[in-house]
Amino acid sequence: MVRLEPRRQHSQAMVYLSPVLAILMTLVVGGIIFAFLGKNPFDALYTFFILPINNSYGISELFVKATPLVIIAVGLAMGFRANVWNIGAEGQLTMGAIFGGGLALYFHDSESILLMPAMFVLGALGGAFWAAIPALLRTKFNANEILTSLMLTYVATLFLSFLVHGPWRNPEGFNFPESRPFPDAGLLPIIFEGSRVHLGTAVAVFVVIAGWLLLSKSVIGFQLRVVGKAPQAARHVGFRQKRMVWFTLLLGGALAGLAGLFEVSGPIGQLQPSISPGYGFTAIIVAFLGRLHPVGILFGGIIMALTYLGGELAQITLGLPNAVTGLFQGILLFFLLACDVLTKYRIRFGAIAAKGRTA
Amino acid sequence: MEWIVPFILTVITASTPLLLAATGELVTEKSGVLNLGVEGMMLVGAIAGFAVTASTGSAILGILAAVAAGTLISLIFAFLTLTLMANQVATGLALTIFGVGFSALVGSGFVGFAIEPLPALAIPGISAIPIVGPILFGQDFLVYLSIAVVIGVAWFLAKSRAGLVLKAVGDSHHSAHAIGYSVIKIRYLATMFGGAMAGLGGAYLSLSYTPMWAENMTAGRGWIALALVVFATWRPGRLVAGAYMFGLISVMQLHAQGAGIHVPSQFMSMLPYLATVIVLVIISSDRAKIRLNAPACIGQAFRAAQ
Repeated sequence: MVRLEPRRQHSQAMVYLSPVLAILMTLVVGGIIFAFLGKNPFDALYTFFILPINNSYGISELFVKATPLVIIAVGLAMGFRANVWNIGAEGQLTMGAIFGGGLALYFHDSESILLMPAMFVLGALGGAFWAAIPALLRTKFNANEILTSLMLTYVATLFLSFLVHGPWRNPEGFNFPESRPFPDAGLLPIIFEGSRVHLGTAVAVFVVIAGWLLLSKSVIGFQLRVVGKAPQAARHVGFRQKRMVWFTLLLGGALAGLAGLFEVSGPIGQLQPSISPGYGFTAIIVAFLGRLHPVGILFGGIIMALTYLGGELAQITLGLPNAVTGLFQGILLFFLLACDVLTKYRIRFGAIAAKGRTA
Repeated sequence: MEWIVPFILTVITASTPLLLAATGELVTEKSGVLNLGVEGMMLVGAIAGFAVTASTGSAILGILAAVAAGTLISLIFAFLTLTLMANQVATGLALTIFGVGFSALVGSGFVGFAIEPLPALAIPGISAIPIVGPILFGQDFLVYLSIAVVIGVAWFLAKSRAGLVLKAVGDSHHSAHAIGYSVIKIRYLATMFGGAMAGLGGAYLSLSYTPMWAENMTAGRGWIALALVVFATWRPGRLVAGAYMFGLISVMQLHAQGAGIHVPSQFMSMLPYLATVIVLVIISSDRAKIRLNAPACIGQAFRAAQ
């Protein structure tokens, strides 16, 4: 019989090992799934995880895809630590793109160097505004932020669709549902020549460092760590739950909004009905893969970015449906959560009586 | 007024998947388990039902497959949260992400397939009565089943001994354990029932509401079902009212265009989601009512002291 025996302390080794273990198990299961789909599992895994990054352009694309994931996940992780479950980052991303991108469209013949910084601010504000709604509803009306933030994601996506089909449609765009292209002053500068790696990637690194400092050095970071580990103790010393809800939702929303702005003013360059392949949802997995720590999230973001690239490549070369990416991501999160048990418990084989106790 | 009968018929078909999934989740939550994976389980049920129906030509086999598929993937959730004590919120999200990916992968081979929608059970003579006939006696059997299940669940929770045990487990798992009930086993069963019903709700979408398969065809209905359970303050009777209200809203949105109301379609499509938010706010702000009716141990892991 298998039993779980609580550890006195969380195992530090397991904190680092369990994500690695989860990734390995996902690869094994992935190989089995590929075999079921009639593909050679080794070929398929190679196509999925090695081929996308065996050249420098591939590696640069990895950073392009990891950028929004890392930025969003750092914000979400702060909330998850405090039991604030913002799962509407996809909607906040969309609102950030609408606010920031809207500015670029309004000033579509601008050449001002002030346009880009203003778009940053509006993008973050748009995301924070969209996250403020669940924060308000949770703190004032006790409404569950999981459901409200998710419902608002659908609303934001529909609103973007309305804008690009209607008032913001490109007047010279042959009736395609997309906005004008942003002016050059509203496009993020490329930081590596010959790639699509843009300024947002540098911001992502900055967000990781800032998040790390916030968590380890600031008072609110200390509170976040305590609330997550010992909610009752936190309540006794009087940490205000409402403040935590506001802080984590506004921060997460602002970062998601920024990530959305980076997508439309970076790789996309205009507003379209669809601006994200679910980065806001994948970032949830990234946050867990990174163990809710900004530095871990940096690695987690790169790994999840690889699943996007691998999925695209597998679609082209192996004819696998794109959904394989989502399936992999879900399985990885399952294994992560399952392996987490190892940090808190030891697995013991054999019955209790084996330890000398008689039943 | 000849539009009224088809209108009511569409409301019923739009409400049934919500009612099925929400009834299952209500039982799961009553046992103290919060499974946020309803959307994923519905999608898996939808594709299982559709794939089997399209391959075998038998809707009955399809429905059975959907129930089995929903139950099976709810077992993943149960194993992670109940046996391994993983966080229920995170695991539920994982279940939804997994369900979206899995159903899309299996479904990629079934896009564009056509099947016969579930037949209406017509009773000769009675179903021909104007207005009342087609509405009350001309539905497919899953509609009747959804009502029967709600009545059954209401009876189970209020009157049966097993229902009392289930509620005890959800309200105070340590006491229930001390009396000798197997908390984990009961929660496994409640979670599986939730999975089966979500699978059935998904199958209703792909076999009857829109007889086809499309990626993400649940479009947030699993999440709306979760909100309905809160709306109903965990009482089955109010679940019926809630599900039919949402069915009405989602159908109104489709009919408004035809009725000459010129609001951009995207704003009409927002209605069910906005209504969910508003309804949640109204119900949740009555904290006393929530505390009175919500299972006290919801979302908490249970580990028997050894």
